[in-house]
Amino acid sequence: MPETSSNLLTVRNLKIEATSYPPGEPPKRITIVDGVSFDLQKGRVLGLIGESGAGKSTIGLSALAYGRGGAEITGGEVILNGTNILALGKGGIRKVRGARVCYVAQSAAAAFNPAHRLGDQVIEASVKHGLMTKEEARKRALYLFRVLGLPNPETFGDRFPHQVSGGQLQRAMTAMALCPNPELIVFDEPTTALDVTTQIDVLAAIKHAIEETDTAALYITHDLAVVAQISDDIMVLRHGRTVEYGSVKQIIEAPTQDYTRALVNVRQTARQEASDQSKPLLKVDNVSAQYSNGFKVLHGVSLHLCKGQTLAIVGESGSGKSTLARVVTGLLPPSEGRITFDGKPLTPALKNRPREDLRRIQLIYQMADTAMNPRQTVRDIIGRPLAFYDGLRGAAKTARVKELLDQIEMGNGFIDRYPAELSGGQKQRVAIARALAARPELILCDEPTSALDPLVAEGILKLLMKLQEEQQLSYVFITHDIAIVRAIADSVAVMHRGRLVRFGPKSQALSPPFDDYTDLLLKSVPEMEIGWLERVLNTRRMESAGN
Amino acid sequence: MRLRDISITAWIGMIGIALALICAVFAPLIAPYGETEVVGGVWQEADAQFFFGLDNLGRDILSRLIYGARTTLFVALAATVISFSLGILLSFIAAVSGGVIDTVFSRFNDLMMSIPTLIFALVVLAVLPQHLVVLILVMAILDSTRVYRLGRAVALDVAVMEFVEAARLRGEGTTWIIFREILPNTLSPLLAEFGLRFAFSILFLSTLSFLGLGIQPPTADWGGMVKENKDGIIFGISAALVPGSAIAALAVCVNLVVDWLLKRTSSLKGGRGDA
Repeated sequence: MPETSSNLLTVRNLKIEATSYPPGEPPKRITIVDGVSFDLQKGRVLGLIGESGAGKSTIGLSALAYGRGGAEITGGEVILNGTNILALGKGGIRKVRGARVCYVAQSAAAAFNPAHRLGDQVIEASVKHGLMTKEEARKRALYLFRVLGLPNPETFGDRFPHQVSGGQLQRAMTAMALCPNPELIVFDEPTTALDVTTQIDVLAAIKHAIEETDTAALYITHDLAVVAQISDDIMVLRHGRTVEYGSVKQIIEAPTQDYTRALVNVRQTARQEASDQSKPLLKVDNVSAQYSNGFKVLHGVSLHLCKGQTLAIVGESGSGKSTLARVVTGLLPPSEGRITFDGKPLTPALKNRPREDLRRIQLIYQMADTAMNPRQTVRDIIGRPLAFYDGLRGAAKTARVKELLDQIEMGNGFIDRYPAELSGGQKQRVAIARALAARPELILCDEPTSALDPLVAEGILKLLMKLQEEQQLSYVFITHDIAIVRAIADSVAVMHRGRLVRFGPKSQALSPPFDDYTDLLLKSVPEMEIGWLERVLNTRRMESAGN
Repeated sequence: MRLRDISITAWIGMIGIALALICAVFAPLIAPYGETEVVGGVWQEADAQFFFGLDNLGRDILSRLIYGARTTLFVALAATVISFSLGILLSFIAAVSGGVIDTVFSRFNDLMMSIPTLIFALVVLAVLPQHLVVLILVMAILDSTRVYRLGRAVALDVAVMEFVEAARLRGEGTTWIIFREILPNTLSPLLAEFGLRFAFSILFLSTLSFLGLGIQPPTADWGGMVKENKDGIIFGISAALVPGSAIAALAVCVNLVVDWLLKRTSSLKGGRGDA
């Protein structure tokens, strides 16, 4: 970091606190951010990275002197171009927000008002602040739509938020932030909710726009590979404190702290694929499925999975990968084709399926929060399948619940907790225990790690693999993360728009020659390497020039 | 639960309800005079002997108020409990089953609701024999249409959650899903509605009595007492206001307790917090 006097943003010893209200206890003060300092110069990008709860968003919002959800900035200074914005009154801070410092939220879909046209929302702040007239603002918006590579920039502003895709919406939000010519933009996980193939476009657009407009930016994310592409400096945060702060090159190539090293080296586990893939446990044969309104979501999918192995299904959202899992469970009976499990055909519809078949196939959801009844304790959640399938009662049931808690590496002390008293990773472990309680042979995992922080996700994956070793479980693992596929799969199925585009043992499926879609998918996964984005974009440009 | 966790407003509500209950249970012991006993002149002023004065036939208002608590509380409570059981059961079955069952139940409910409640009640009660059970059932069934609406809306919200899907995948029956998965997660709005509905059914009973189709004289009930003494208001006699205030006070007390219950259940860990 060059130490210059022309710092655009200087944050010194920032301290942010909030009051928490734990049920049944007196309220207590908790420190969210403690002693964080950094500098940011014009035209540079600082990446803030950390797990959820690390305080990265809270720090980002402090650049707007804003505390979300009762958080209060109780100490330190935030100096924007020589003024301490924390000392400004309400009127003063209004002139800063949305004019000099702008914010890009994670979920653009939730941040836009669905009742107004995009163009009006993009220019609103600039016009309201009196920075430009409506005409000038429209011109600027048009220019930004072009820079951000949005389709039909002339008419893009006339559309409503629901008429454009998620990636376009995220770019429109970037345009909204760039419109008033701000000195600083805070990006709060702008690509986290997007598919990898979309993420790369948005990343490229954001990077291009930042360079073009010479704005400084704070870029908040939990994905080190993403931040390596876009920022100049990186600050690694944990529990509200700075772990490491340095240039991208130093953090990625020579991290000094153990925690940073763990983040950089995450997902280095790799599984040797099973050599014998000839005796299938689950066989999906030419299965098509449609919703009751006639919309066809699966087109003739055929694949199989052997006992004790893992089949990874990859694809972007809307590719039909979760639908396939729903078809296997019987929630959505197939319209054509058949599914064979352990040599016998599976009854298509859930309600006709024998209880024994239900027991043998279990499902783990992406969001453990909604997959568990918030009014049941861990004991009830894990105990119910035991009572339901095996008729266990009383002490025998409790003993088995404790045994299962051991298997998922959680102590007996968790037995009377409610889901809300568990962390995200613990919740997912309890969900795994609930599946294990049924003594299943096949577990369908629907993106069980995608809502979790990388290190926690790694723990879950390791647990799943350990259980597979011990109990000869078979997994259908649905994911959009190629790194996970590389780490745990024996065979891979790539899906796109309801069709199977590729299926085979991992070594074959993930090596060339590729079909177009698999190629695009593999190339879109950010790699933890500086300059990866430019390289991919250059290749693309050359390819399109060659065509 | 510790006693000091109960808020002051909840205490006030509970004391009010307890008072009404004690009156109802021990009416013959507490009441200074008989329910139908004429003890003095028509609309005699309140004095040391007759705390609230006498009514249109010269009966002691305080005594009738105490006896009236019996019928009023019992009928209103029974009607509300039955209407809730019925409404929740049917609405949850509709929400969980969906399809034809949902359509049939919901359209029938719409049909019931399209007829003004009071007129419906008047017609039905005029035709059916005058009996307390009939009165309670008619009130309960008419009220259950409102409960059904709310129940179906909140249950639909929960029925699409993944933990309900997980229960279905496990092979659980409808009964388990309704009572173990959905009901605990919909308790907050339903409890709030219970308080409101209870107050409404006291009022509804009073209305019916006022119109002559509820509790039949000379049995005392609060709504009927308002009716009997309403003419006195013209002459500046406040006899009708006493049972009226009792109705208002009881409604307020019930709602204070329900508000507190609501807060308690929704602040349960991970509950659908809305209070």
